[in-house]
This record gives sequence, C-alpha cells and structure tokens, in this order.
Amino acid sequence: MNSNQTGDEIQRLIDLLAKLPGLGPRSGRRAALHLIKKRDLLLEPLARAMAEVADKVTECAVCGAVDTRDPCSICCDPERKADAICVVEEAGDLWALERTGAFKGRYHVLGGVLSALDGVGPEDLRIPELAQRASDPAITEIVLALNATVDGQTTAYYIADALEGSNVSVSGLAQGVPVGGELDYLDDGTISAAFRQRKTF
Amino acid sequence: MTLALRTLRLIAFRSYARADLDVGANVIALAGPNGAGKTNILEAVSLLAPGRGLRRAQPTDFARTQAGVGWSVTATLDTPTDPTLLWTGAEPEQRRTAKRDEKTVSVLSLGRIARILWLTPALDRVFAEGPAERRRFLDRIALSFAPEHAEHASRYEKAMRDRNRLLKDGISDPRWMSALEAQLVEAGMGMAAGRRTALAGLLAAQDEESAFPRADAVLEGEFEEETPDAETYRARLFDARPRDGLAGRTLFGPHRSDLAVRYAAKDTPASACSTGEQKALLVSLILANARALTAQTSAPPILLLDEIAAHFDAGRRALLFAEIETLGAQAWMTGTEWALFEALGSSAQRFTVKEDEAGSVVEPA
Ligand SMILES: [Zn+2]
Repeated sequence: MNSNQTGDEIQRLIDLLAKLPGLGPRSGRRAALHLIKKRDLLLEPLARAMAEVADKVTECAVCGAVDTRDPCSICCDPERKADAICVVEEAGDLWALERTGAFKGRYHVLGGVLSALDGVGPEDLRIPELAQRASDPAITEIVLALNATVDGQTTAYYIADALEGSNVSVSGLAQGVPVGGELDYLDDGTISAAFRQRKTF
Repeated sequence: MTLALRTLRLIAFRSYARADLDVGANVIALAGPNGAGKTNILEAVSLLAPGRGLRRAQPTDFARTQAGVGWSVTATLDTPTDPTLLWTGAEPEQRRTAKRDEKTVSVLSLGRIARILWLTPALDRVFAEGPAERRRFLDRIALSFAPEHAEHASRYEKAMRDRNRLLKDGISDPRWMSALEAQLVEAGMGMAAGRRTALAGLLAAQDEESAFPRADAVLEGEFEEETPDAETYRARLFDARPRDGLAGRTLFGPHRSDLAVRYAAKDTPASACSTGEQKALLVSLILANARALTAQTSAPPILLLDEIAAHFDAGRRALLFAEIETLGAQAWMTGTEWALFEALGSSAQRFTVKEDEAGSVVEPA
C-alpha cells in the first residue's frame, strides 16, 4: 500500500505499528484497520493510554524498573519483603518473574550484562547502585536471576565478587534454567522451580 | 536395534527442486558424475543432526534459489525406540529450525535422536593440515558421544573471545577478568574432559581384526601435559594475564591442543603416510567411532561416506563394505561410477544421480 491510497496520517500509523515486535507491514495494516473500525472502543482509549504513559514513564531511581512513578510501585509496596533483592538484566525479566509470583522481595534492574565483545562494561550497568543498596543492614539476601548465557553468568560472578565482604548472602538461580536459555522465554513453572532451588554463590 | 532413514524428502535444497527417496536397505549407494548432486543428498541427511552439516556451510547456502522459498529436509527414521518424523529447514533469511513428529524442537536436541557420522574428501588432509582442523575432527567425535560437548565448546569460544578483547583493549579490571576466567575454566574443563573421554572410547573400540590400520592417537599441548584441575587452571590464567596481555590473546588452554595420530603398525606419524594410508586411518577411526557409539547407545549411528571408495583398490573396497555390513549401520555412500560399488551385495540399494535443466534428479538405479 502506498500513501496514494490513504492519507499520510493513516500511513504514518501503519508504518509505526509495523515496527512493533512481532508485527510487520502486513499485520501493521491489519492492526490499523482494526483500530479504525473500533474507534471508540480501542483507537481513542489506546491513544490516551499511550499519551499518558509517554508523559509519565520513568525509571525508578532505586531499582531501575520501568514505571510511571518514582520510586516504583514495587519499591513503594509495604507488603514486599524488605530484606531481599532480586537482580535481573532487563525490565522484561522483572515482569517475567512477577508473572510467576515466585519472589516477594524487591528488584534491581542492571540494564544489561557484561560483554567485552559488545563493549558493555561494569560502568555501563547499575552495579555501583546495587552495591550501595546491599550495604544497607536491612538487606540480607541478594538473588542473581541472570541468564544462563556466558555473559549472564560472567555478570553474576562479577556481582558476587563485588559483594563479597558485605553482610548479604548471594545466591543464583538453580541449574533448572537451561544453559543458554533466556529468562524471559521460560515458562512460569520453570522459573518458579529455579527460584526455589537457588544456590549460594 | 536400528537407526535408519526410511524416507528422505528434499525441497528446494541445493541443486534439488524436490527429491523423494524410499529407503529399504541398510547400505545405500549413490552414483553419478561429479557435480550432479550426490553430496547434497548426504549433506541433507547430515542436517538431521545439529550443526552446519558435512560441508560446514553457511546457513544461506542451503536454499536452492537466492530469493523466495525456504528449503527443507524431511525424513522418517527408525530409532531403537520409535519411528520418528524429523524435519529441518529454514524460511528465506531465517535460521534453521527443527521439528520432531511435527512439534518444534531445538536444533541442538536433534543430536539426541539421530547420531550421524561422516567422512568427506575435505577430511583427507586433516593429518597434514593445522591443529585447528584436527581439533574440529576430534570435537565432532566428542559431540557424537555427548551432545553437550557442543555447548562446552561454544561457551569456551565465547568466554575466550571476551577475555581476548579485554586483553587487546588493555582493559585492566581484575574482577571482570576473573569472572570471564571462571567461565573459561568451567567450559574448558568440560570440553577437555569430553575430548579425553571420546579419544579413550575411540581407541578402545578399534578392532584388531579390522582390515583397516590401527591408529595411535594422543592429545598434545601444554594443557594436555599439565591436565590441570579447575583451581590450578584458574591460577594459571590469573598468572598469565601479563603475558597474555602482551600477546593480546589467551595462550594457555584446550584451544591450543592438538591430536597427534600415528599409524601404529608402522610407528609413523599419520602426516608422513601416503594419501591412501591416511584415508585408511580415517576409515579406521570412523569405524571405531561407530562401534563405540553402538556400544553406548545400543544402535549403530548413520554413516555418510562421501567419495569413500576413491582411494582404495577393489580388494580394500570389498573389505570396507564387509565391515560396514558387520557393523549393521545404515551407510550412505557416493561414487562417480558403479564399478566402485561392484563388491556391494545385492541387498544394497542403488540410486543414480544426474543433472537436467530443472536441477538434480535422483532415482532408483
Ligand atoms: Zn523501584
């Protein structure tokens, strides 16, 4: 489809939708058509929701999670265990873990993993902030829920080493996570099991 | 107990628009002129195991046409447990995927279903070439015994490339270095152990009665001489940082080992033997590999023997066919003319491969 068949505005919508994960030009057109058909039910509420998120989305200054409030909802939740922190690579991993309900404490999002080949070093990750949080006497346990890839495990090792000497116990997810498996693609049962069988570093 | 293909279907694969083979025998001979597409059939079978196939091809090389359709290889396989339908293929520009009985499985998991060994003319010079070729040869053997060997090898490679990058860039972060070395040691210990186990199994499975010469083989290199435990290995890497830093790469580890093979009866290095003797040693090793796997998994692996008969005289060829028959393995062999397969019994299945305007054609001879 070219811009002769629709106005520029609709074409712009299609082009943007096509860039969403899992979509392409074809499904972008289908999604746009669907939204237009359901103008009251979907198109306008979606536009408002997106504008609101765009306006308010922020990174939690404490844990690095994505939320519309800072500190984030999890950091502010008084029901959460205040003595345990679970370290994850990306916000998506946090969501994957939350889906399972396996962990009741708070999180720390690193924003990546160490990779010399990709030029990602310790200073590019939120490791100093983690060390800062770990020095709080209220924190007794840090769980490293990092991918089983070489980069993920190198990062886990690095963090465990950096936290040595502080008064926290550092553990990693158990062997249940398949080698090379990415956390976000595992099913809930696998994640919960890996969590229950975590091992001290 | 058997592991054998019963049907094979190629779609848009290499020189084939489509090919269908019904396989009833254990020994399959494919004859046709050079370039007709014989090896492509063997390569298709080799893709029923993990990896890049017997040519170590690039993923984009398998598709028949550059643009448009994807390629696929489908096979029904008799296994010791159940008949299995295996599928592998790729859409254009996509990674290859695999299905078992129409359910998606990881390509890596194919290694637990179909054990496939091959010998190709590319291996003819393995004893004369550099150690990297021999390490790859041994790693393939190790992988046939233990599919997880591939995982150790790729993790080792990745951790080493990261460590080398830190060394090259002069990044002095002892903690980061230690973290990488921990990964390197874990994968390296696994890889080295896998190679040693495979080599021991291989040597033990050589048959004194075989018409093919016994090989003596040892792993050589600094790492093999020291065979360090994990702790020593780590200390070794730690101490080597300044030296490795100057070199810009990791100088100690199983990535520098070599497989030294000798022709036992003549007590001569394989590299000093004639081309025919080297080929005979390779056949001896692959037969030993097959025998050891048979003992381990209770079914002989599938053998792909490309241009196998080329270096042997009629007498040797007859002995080779007899040993394959004794082994009970399904063997796929190629040759440029039927005369090479004269000594094969009538139970062998013969296919002619030729090329016409539409591509390669394979049909019962
Ligand atoms: Zn937070």
